[in-house]
Amino acid sequence: MRKQTVFLMTIFLSILLSSAIFAQQKTDILIRNATVLTAANGTLENRDILIRNGKITQIGSNLKAAANAQIIDGTGKFVSPGIIDAHSHAMMNAINESSFAVTSMTRIRDVLDPTDPTIYRALAGGVTAANLLHGSANPIGGQNSVVKFKYGRPIEDFLIPDAPGGIKFAMGENVKRSNFQPQPGQPRRYPATRMGTVEVIRDAFIRARDYKQSWDDFRAKKTKVQPRKDMELEPLVEILEGKRLVHAHGYRSDEHLNLLRLADEFGFKIKTLQHGLEAYKIAPEIAKHGAGVSIFADYWGYKLEAYDSIPYNAAILWKNGVVVSINSDDPERIRRLNIDAAKMMKYGGIPEEEALKMITLNPAKQLGIDKRTGSIEVGKDGDIVVWSAHPFSVYARPEYTLVEGEIFFDRGRDILRRQDLARERAELEKNEANLPPEKRTRSERPRTSPTPGEEEGVQN
Amino acid sequence: MKKHLSFIIYHLSFSVFLLLTAHCLLLTSFAQSGGTQQNLTGRAGTFAITNARIVTVSGATIENGTIIIRDGKIESFGSNIKPGSGVETIDGKGLSVYPGMIDAATNMGLREISGGAPATVDVAETGNMNSNAKAITGINPHTSHINVTRVNGTTTVLSMPIGGLISGQSAVINLNGATQSEMAVIPTHSLIVNFPQVSTFAGFTPGVGPRFIEFNQAVTQRDKNVADLKKIFENAAAYAKARDAYAQNKSLPFTPTDLKMEAIIPYLRGEKPIIFTANRERDIRGAVKFAEEMKFKAIILGGAEAWKAADVLKKNDIPVIYTNVWSLPQSPDESYDSMFEAPAKMREAGIRFCIATGDDGANARDLPYQAGMASAYGLAKDEALKAVTLYPAQILGVADRMGSIENGKVANIVVTDGDILDARTNIKYLFIGGRLLPLTSRHTELYDAFKNRK
Repeated sequence: MRKQTVFLMTIFLSILLSSAIFAQQKTDILIRNATVLTAANGTLENRDILIRNGKITQIGSNLKAAANAQIIDGTGKFVSPGIIDAHSHAMMNAINESSFAVTSMTRIRDVLDPTDPTIYRALAGGVTAANLLHGSANPIGGQNSVVKFKYGRPIEDFLIPDAPGGIKFAMGENVKRSNFQPQPGQPRRYPATRMGTVEVIRDAFIRARDYKQSWDDFRAKKTKVQPRKDMELEPLVEILEGKRLVHAHGYRSDEHLNLLRLADEFGFKIKTLQHGLEAYKIAPEIAKHGAGVSIFADYWGYKLEAYDSIPYNAAILWKNGVVVSINSDDPERIRRLNIDAAKMMKYGGIPEEEALKMITLNPAKQLGIDKRTGSIEVGKDGDIVVWSAHPFSVYARPEYTLVEGEIFFDRGRDILRRQDLARERAELEKNEANLPPEKRTRSERPRTSPTPGEEEGVQN
Repeated sequence: MKKHLSFIIYHLSFSVFLLLTAHCLLLTSFAQSGGTQQNLTGRAGTFAITNARIVTVSGATIENGTIIIRDGKIESFGSNIKPGSGVETIDGKGLSVYPGMIDAATNMGLREISGGAPATVDVAETGNMNSNAKAITGINPHTSHINVTRVNGTTTVLSMPIGGLISGQSAVINLNGATQSEMAVIPTHSLIVNFPQVSTFAGFTPGVGPRFIEFNQAVTQRDKNVADLKKIFENAAAYAKARDAYAQNKSLPFTPTDLKMEAIIPYLRGEKPIIFTANRERDIRGAVKFAEEMKFKAIILGGAEAWKAADVLKKNDIPVIYTNVWSLPQSPDESYDSMFEAPAKMREAGIRFCIATGDDGANARDLPYQAGMASAYGLAKDEALKAVTLYPAQILGVADRMGSIENGKVANIVVTDGDILDARTNIKYLFIGGRLLPLTSRHTELYDAFKNRK
């Protein structure tokens, strides 16, 4: 009986709490008198931004907000769109399903951890959204997830509902498993060369085309027996139909070209070349195909196929009209993509706003979410960073990071909370389970699983 | 029949030889491809940079001054300096003159391509104890990393081997020169010791995941490893004693030369510094205690939590080469900015420190931005600049020669169009040892080769 009361109380409290959160979500936010880097329409001085119901509703001067609106004084501060990382493995409990050459049936959605500290650290670096990609162990890898970093929320809240589905492809060193030794007695996985890689992809799309035909025939009543659902080929049919975006990992220019030609052969588009460290060598061909490229700003030399990478990559691609984004592919680097974008001004003289787009609007375009985010424009989501200085200054720090009009990072509050956290930690350390072994009364405690993201895996 | 066999063997061995040669050619060709930096060691001369902002680092900044470079040295600088005749003048209007930056922890020249190209990697010897392995003998003076790094403003680095308990000896080099000796500032600078740490991680089981041991067990293991380390130095001391004794009295037993023991002697005697890698507070305290007991001249490398061990570091005057600005916090519950703000905390605590990349070389050009980011999180701007110029010079013991703009110092000079720590700033002129260097690298050459491709 008492249990039941507690249960009911819990439900009542959680309704109360969630409605409180809901109410908080609906509070207007007014950023006053800031320098606004729009990533669309230049830089606006001394401007206010009003965010209502998660959307940017007004940009102007002396804007009025509701009495209960939260005001952020932007005097002397800079405001930019939230940074979008077009290549990340944050939140992922697994990265590679490397057993098969084609693992299009796997979904990153199934391995997401909303408590990964990477999310908060990324928010503290001004990142509000990311493309979570399968690893690069397979010519055709798993299906991606495009998320907003709503730290503290259930996983369903992270997923951007109208983001088109995508998939990871890969070429080169990782795919042919050049740096991996099979276990004793284990055969080497096909493909082991760049030749084989292309054939695996070609074979998969031929099968997908036949599979699609079998369904088309069945739906047209040309055949009577319903084809068996094939979870490997379904996503590939979506690619053929232009419904699923291909994000293709690769380094060498020749392998990118091979893939672009293969896509042309089957009549689909590659949405982004990921890494594309040699993309500058084939910029006109990439522009012609219409692919975007998502690169490291200047990270290079960590393996053979990264040896011809140059920091001028973005400049050459940009001059050829290619949509370029700067990504992190790393839980550490994701915290300083603003500095990476700043470097692009120096290497090849990319104008400031174009460099800013490379971490905001351009990745949004590459992920098909640019209608709702990626720039500061009326009608877009309130995904916004308030910086202590110009975000391209090495001395800049995010002060607030907002996702859909809600503050998910507040440096001032973070600093205030530190003492409480230290106290909480001290208390927890006194608990039996957390005592050093010699001070425990019981002998063993269960060993926790490894920290997410620490498994061995192919990322770069 | 026998003749036939030897014929076959001859041919086989010849083809193996050919194969090996081809293999070697293939491997060396990419390490040196581009032809970029080879012998591009610049030109000597007498130079004057006029009307420039001179950031001396050690003294006040001169807003509008002239600096004269002669015979590889800074001859003079100031607001009232007139370049004499025969001096090549560079108009420094709108430009800033800085001392070249010093990266006190890299593997420059020892690891061209870290993954998948073992032939280009010379950074870690086999075995646990390699005191006689010297970075200066493994550094490739023609690595592409040198030009890539120096055109971003770093002119001097410490390059060190890694791995094992005692990795070997580091070298301090200028990023210019056609040979190792031309580059050397201090050819054998310090002994690199990976101070045993308390680690519950016990390796990976393939297909299963990481293995762990209990904390107590990890402490016991660390203590054993420290005892092993101590034993090495004790053996070296005994070796030195026996050798000295024999030199005095030939009737005593002769101790044959042991290169590894021999290499340790200067460090044992405190003549040269030992660099101890340590990041966690307990490991730093362990290393400091060890150095104190053994009376070593010590430097801590890594230093993630060095500010927590300020008391012992200051008491023993042990400086820290901090390589963690761009590392993740040490634990999930640590503040997100703990590694960014550690330099500010070290400064506050009065620890002698500098900021270094700890990079293999390819990405060591990020040094200024790491210092800048430390400044975004609390370190004063002028301190951030010192942390990559004067402070590393002091910690490495080369501040008499470099690290600031002072008369008589080596002319390692960088001329910029802005704040040297800002990622948007361009380097306009670069001098190392007074030689004016071209601002080219493997990267500018590939850029030039492809920028206009239609």
